[in-house]
Amino acid sequence: MKLTGAQILLKCLEEEGVDVMFGFPGGAVIDIYDEIPNSKVEHILVRHEQGAIHAADGYARATGGVGVCLVTSGPGATNTVTGIATAYADSIPVVIFTGQVPRPLIGNDAFQEVDIVGITRPCTKHNYLVQDIKDLQTIIKQAFYLARSGRPGPVLVDLPKDVQQQTIEFDYPKEVSMRSYNPTKEPHIGQVRKVAKLLKKAKKPLFYTGGGVITSAAHEELTWLGQKLNIPVTSTLMGLGAFPGDDGLFLGMLGMHGTYAANMAVNNCDLLLAVGARFDDRVTGRVDSFAPGATIVHIDVDPTSIQKNVSVHVPIVADCKSALAALKKETEATLGDFDWAGAHKEWVDEVQGWSAEHPLTYKDDGKSIKPQYVVEKIYEITKGDAIIATEVGQNQMWAAQFYKYTRPNTLLTSGGLGTMGYGFPAAMGAQRAFPDKLVIDIAGDGSIQMCIQEMMTVVCNKLPVKIIILNNGYLGMVRQWQELFYEKNYCSTCMDAQPDFVKLAEAYGAVGFRVTEKKDVEKTLREAFKVDKPVIVDIRVEKEENVYPMVPAGASLTEMLLV
Amino acid sequence: MSKHTLSVMVENEPGVLSRVAGLFSGRGFNIMSLNVAPTLEKGVSLMTIVAEGDDAIIEQIVKQLRKLIPTIKVKDLTELKSVEREMVLVKVNAEDSKRAEILRIVDIFRCKVVDVSADELTIEITGDQGKIGAIVNLLTRFGIKEIARTGNVAMQRSMQIDL
Repeated sequence: MKLTGAQILLKCLEEEGVDVMFGFPGGAVIDIYDEIPNSKVEHILVRHEQGAIHAADGYARATGGVGVCLVTSGPGATNTVTGIATAYADSIPVVIFTGQVPRPLIGNDAFQEVDIVGITRPCTKHNYLVQDIKDLQTIIKQAFYLARSGRPGPVLVDLPKDVQQQTIEFDYPKEVSMRSYNPTKEPHIGQVRKVAKLLKKAKKPLFYTGGGVITSAAHEELTWLGQKLNIPVTSTLMGLGAFPGDDGLFLGMLGMHGTYAANMAVNNCDLLLAVGARFDDRVTGRVDSFAPGATIVHIDVDPTSIQKNVSVHVPIVADCKSALAALKKETEATLGDFDWAGAHKEWVDEVQGWSAEHPLTYKDDGKSIKPQYVVEKIYEITKGDAIIATEVGQNQMWAAQFYKYTRPNTLLTSGGLGTMGYGFPAAMGAQRAFPDKLVIDIAGDGSIQMCIQEMMTVVCNKLPVKIIILNNGYLGMVRQWQELFYEKNYCSTCMDAQPDFVKLAEAYGAVGFRVTEKKDVEKTLREAFKVDKPVIVDIRVEKEENVYPMVPAGASLTEMLLV
Repeated sequence: MSKHTLSVMVENEPGVLSRVAGLFSGRGFNIMSLNVAPTLEKGVSLMTIVAEGDDAIIEQIVKQLRKLIPTIKVKDLTELKSVEREMVLVKVNAEDSKRAEILRIVDIFRCKVVDVSADELTIEITGDQGKIGAIVNLLTRFGIKEIARTGNVAMQRSMQIDL
């Protein structure tokens, strides 16, 4: 039976197992919207396209699957660019469908026309303009395959309106074959053996793990290796949750706002096992003094990540899960005859000594509400059993430092791009994926205002996301930099003029709480978490609290400012 | 810093040149010349890219090129025995008194005169970078009015032997 391009798109989504997409209609996609009521794919109408793409991203991160978003041409498409770049920076699989003006009008500056394929070329893994209805099904198949395989990422498909209206036989390809794209999955076994040997010789080994461990679902292998071979683990922001955050071997995050123990461990280790991490400048600080005495092993599915920022001794191009599984197999045989626990005991003691010496902490004056205290309470109440999304800035760093992530896919945060406004719509996507889970957006008063319009989406779709605003009346992280490095010139970081967040919640039909006293924090949070509706909790925290430890930009990791 | 000649085979799909060029501009890589044309195989184009950078940068360029979805193959010909050629058209001043000398140079370098007028000669030069550099240098003193260059095209030699 012949179907229209619009019908075919929806059929293909069903074939790919897509149950929901986030989107916003417009003239160039109206044919698709005309068919949505006949499809099994649910559509969630957002209030701004940035909300749609972040929600699809949050859905992907929480489920480990692919997120889908559908928007119209021109401004609809350009409004997704920030979210596409966010997903690209963190290697998140999302497929974005954009409407395009009819083919005869392309290039004529038609109404709501923009070259979105050109605009998103540098921030997508790949993108397509469907020029021929005959290619539509192959392109959709390839888009999903590219998004989720190798190093995942966003893939955009631009659909001209007349292609949506043309008809063709529905015949969704079963297989994808692309001669130019064959990502390496399995590790080179010789390299893995080399690592196993290095591990036996090492006195001070350290795992430095990133988002790749979560993307490839390698958390079990990582946990096994860390615990059985007695190797401490530090993680990037993106990697939190891959190794149990409450395990004594876990040192917390490394880098600019990493723990003292993690940064000292990097500086003193003799073998650094980098897994699914890319030596980002927020992690390394000054590159030439990063892990100065260490042999560096780097496991990454993307060859361009290897040797990009630091020079690596043993490169392994492979999927993290396959590589760690191979390493597990290599070392498993030696468990009986080699005393792994003993071999690294002294080192683990030393590292844990650093943790005890300078734990993550803050000065509590007993009067004001410290933002760290709020995050600690959220952890206590949820017992770690929640999905946490964050905005970007101080709120994000405190959420990374003071909440212990024990499972993968439970922290949704814009690591690479640092997108303010990400957390709330991402939480919305995660809540749609897990309607019964507690999903919390830890926000700042600045960033929550960047996508606040999605309050309407969560209310009318009954997605009971909890927004906890650590409200300090500042764009806190920039203010912190201004305080420390720009002689307290607080230019344009004061956000005294604010909406009444409680009334705002109520205006949208959600529930609002305000907390101004420390004694009310726990009680209010408990109450908020019980409400079966979206909630905003506006917590007035200490205004000039800083995130510590802090490594100033460009300094080496040992030059930490402590509390 | 050194010059590297890269041979890049790509799927000949819309926008592929822009993907490659955008990779260089977006990542701050230095591109010296880029030549692209179809191959015998349907749907496949060959690009010859001359790029400059230290070893780490060239390694990144090669890896990033390989990472592009339409890229089929990338070879760094600098590491191999290869043949490199560029074609240049040069229009030089050639009043009567200079004409004989210019024609002698054309002869010595085995080039071709492809257009003549009363006071100009247009010369077609094909050769490696050294030859082209030398003849362009020699012609400069007559006054070059226009120059058009293709950029390098290159191919790996069949026999990779050291003599």
